[in-house]
Amino acid sequence: MSYTKLNREQLAARVARDIHEGMYVNLGIGLPTLVANHFPANVEVFLQSENGLLGMGAAPAKGNEDFDLVNAGKQPVTLLAGGSFFHSADSFAMMRAGHLDVAVLGAFQVAANGDLANWHTGNPADIPAVGGAMDLAVGAKQTWVMMEHFTKDGVSKLVERCSYPITGVRCVKRIYTDLAVIDIVSDQFVLRETVAGLSAAQLSELSGVSFF
Amino acid sequence: MISKIVDSVAAALAGVDDGATVMIGGFGGAGMPTELVEGLIAQGAKGLTIVSNNAGNAEFGLAALLKAGRVRKVICSFPRQADSYVFDALYREGKIELELVPQGNLAERIRAAGAGIGGFFTKVGFGTELAKGKETREINGEMYVFESPIYADFALIKAEQGDRWGNLVYRKAARNFGPVMAMAAKTTVASVHELRELGAIDPEHVITPGIFVQRLVKIPRAATIAAGFKA
Repeated sequence: MSYTKLNREQLAARVARDIHEGMYVNLGIGLPTLVANHFPANVEVFLQSENGLLGMGAAPAKGNEDFDLVNAGKQPVTLLAGGSFFHSADSFAMMRAGHLDVAVLGAFQVAANGDLANWHTGNPADIPAVGGAMDLAVGAKQTWVMMEHFTKDGVSKLVERCSYPITGVRCVKRIYTDLAVIDIVSDQFVLRETVAGLSAAQLSELSGVSFF
Repeated sequence: MISKIVDSVAAALAGVDDGATVMIGGFGGAGMPTELVEGLIAQGAKGLTIVSNNAGNAEFGLAALLKAGRVRKVICSFPRQADSYVFDALYREGKIELELVPQGNLAERIRAAGAGIGGFFTKVGFGTELAKGKETREINGEMYVFESPIYADFALIKAEQGDRWGNLVYRKAARNFGPVMAMAAKTTVASVHELRELGAIDPEHVITPGIFVQRLVKIPRAATIAAGFKA
């Protein structure tokens, strides 16, 4: 049987479906940022940004950018009515102490035991940068990963053990990819959904990991 | 009459010695006290250790200071950005030392210094390269890493409004590291766009109480520069 990968917006819409009214959520830079475009208009979700915003809104109209009001990727954003500003130590207290319901992060690799690698390739020629990745990985009530299932070279990002330097130990609870939704339960990948036309056996073979 | 207001950037930066540790506020361009940082170039201090979230953008502010060769070491969370080419080149040539710190640990280590806390245990970073060699402890069944305070000789921060007692109000997300850095440094210098009479800032709205600020200098308002991302 043939199958079609979700595109980036479809994947974002799939993640958004599991985020409900009233949740406090941090969307990591890159792919997870797209999730914000897919909440229904009548649903109120509190978006937190590591640089000190709660109640973050959409990008401003062209010409209305204010570069004192940016997101974690330093792109201009807006603040919703009811939003607030706070300093960096308070912002990370929110993350670290489980005040956020969900953090959605990108990843280079996720291991079956929930280890996450998303901050550094380990290549000495690459300049390392960690930002808030390690704080977000371990702090939220749930850490979700949103990523393409394979690298550009076709290598599975689901692995038995991370070969890249890790960001957090056993921190990932759920993974959304362009092919599947996978939970991590008791150090194992548990397959919850696949795209139409893709069987569990096929996905397991393509990914080189076992699903339970 | 007490006034912490000084009339020039040069006066605001008096006493920054060679080898000093200087905290610089900002998240990319937001909250970066560009005029104060660039003032350090003229001031002349060298061999500086800089504590800041990033390691400079394009060639303004912190990047200009790096380019002038005044910085020995950077303690930061996110040096590599779309426009961090000044730092990138110095790092690759081995001309600058980097201590990489997860952003929340950076903020809390600065806060600890300002709050008289001798360090703290955190789950963040446990089991990673950035916690190598650090003391660990099991607390309530989870593993924590010990992190030490980061102290500074000077903090250079940017606020929106201030008064002669040093009370500060920030603007939007430009607040970021300003309040904790103000607490952690022996001498905190704040640039402000507006100087207000005592009492004109509603005491309920003061974000940084004046006790944490030693010098203020008024800088004419200019739009914050976009930085740190590919448009």
